[in-house]
Amino acid sequence: MADTQTIAAAAHALDRPLVIGGVELGSRLIVGTGKYRTNQVMIDAIRASGAEMVTVAVRRVDLDRTKQEGILHHLSPDEFFLLANTAGCYTAADAIRYARLARAAGFNEFVKLEVIGDESTLLPDVLATVEAAKQLAGDGFKVMAYTNDDLITALRLEDAGCVAVMPLASPIGSGLGVVNPYFIREIKRRLSVPVIVDAGVGTASDACVTMEQGVDGVLMNTALAAADDPVRMAHAMRHAMIAGRLAFLAGRMPAREIAVPSSPTSGMLD
Amino acid sequence: MTTTQTTRIRVNGKPRDVSRGLTVRGLLEELELHPGMVVVELNREILERDGYDDVPVNEGDTIELVHFVGGG
Repeated sequence: MADTQTIAAAAHALDRPLVIGGVELGSRLIVGTGKYRTNQVMIDAIRASGAEMVTVAVRRVDLDRTKQEGILHHLSPDEFFLLANTAGCYTAADAIRYARLARAAGFNEFVKLEVIGDESTLLPDVLATVEAAKQLAGDGFKVMAYTNDDLITALRLEDAGCVAVMPLASPIGSGLGVVNPYFIREIKRRLSVPVIVDAGVGTASDACVTMEQGVDGVLMNTALAAADDPVRMAHAMRHAMIAGRLAFLAGRMPAREIAVPSSPTSGMLD
Repeated sequence: MTTTQTTRIRVNGKPRDVSRGLTVRGLLEELELHPGMVVVELNREILERDGYDDVPVNEGDTIELVHFVGGG
């Protein structure tokens, strides 16, 4: 798509690349690989999104072969940077176990750390997340930690040695967009490591608004996988990410609650 | 196959009878799994891939075989 390439080239010329833990990424969008209707739709949508880093989960091999086979049959580690997650873990010990299993697969030392604290909201257990982050960072992992939109936790995760801190926009899979833009901005202002907003983006405008807060990137899964047309939505997200990022870098005009004319007020006819 | 020719282990949470005297590599072959596509945890210890030929599968072992699946 020439149009998409032109836009990507403009973004490249007007922005600097995102670097996480020493890895340079050509896209500020990171996408998940879960919940797609088919593997073909997944791969088409990921390619359309322009994302270079993709998340995967660690699960038991199904020895009865009744369910889907491993994702590496569909997704080449040569084409995408694999970011394994610890989704589904409710304790620091479990998250560390899953992270180590993921690293043993031999691709990289990155992990998307996720320690869930509550089944109905899927909100993170931030105490367990900080504890796991410390241990994993000490063990040589490059930890990208999913967390609440809480500044103090974000600072603790940075201190723990995380290479990126990933506050939620709103709960996982909710599609509610950024519910607290002020907290997200404050986290970005205070941290030195990249801030990636992870979870809650529902549609393109959400991605755009998120990037306008000045954060370094967005991680999403359901917004693409659960769209009626994931490939179209992936194109939209790619554009929205670039739009939001460039709008942030451009610096928006001040918002006012009074009208100010755009045309000269002088030179009017009698 | 009689019980004397098999070893009872636990794989991915379920009991399973496998051939007696297998190494981890042999177990993966018996289960038709590509060694490069799975990670093996034996009794809570993650195994290095280059050690599969040297590690025997013993009666009562608990083995987890995991791989990457779609996730967010």
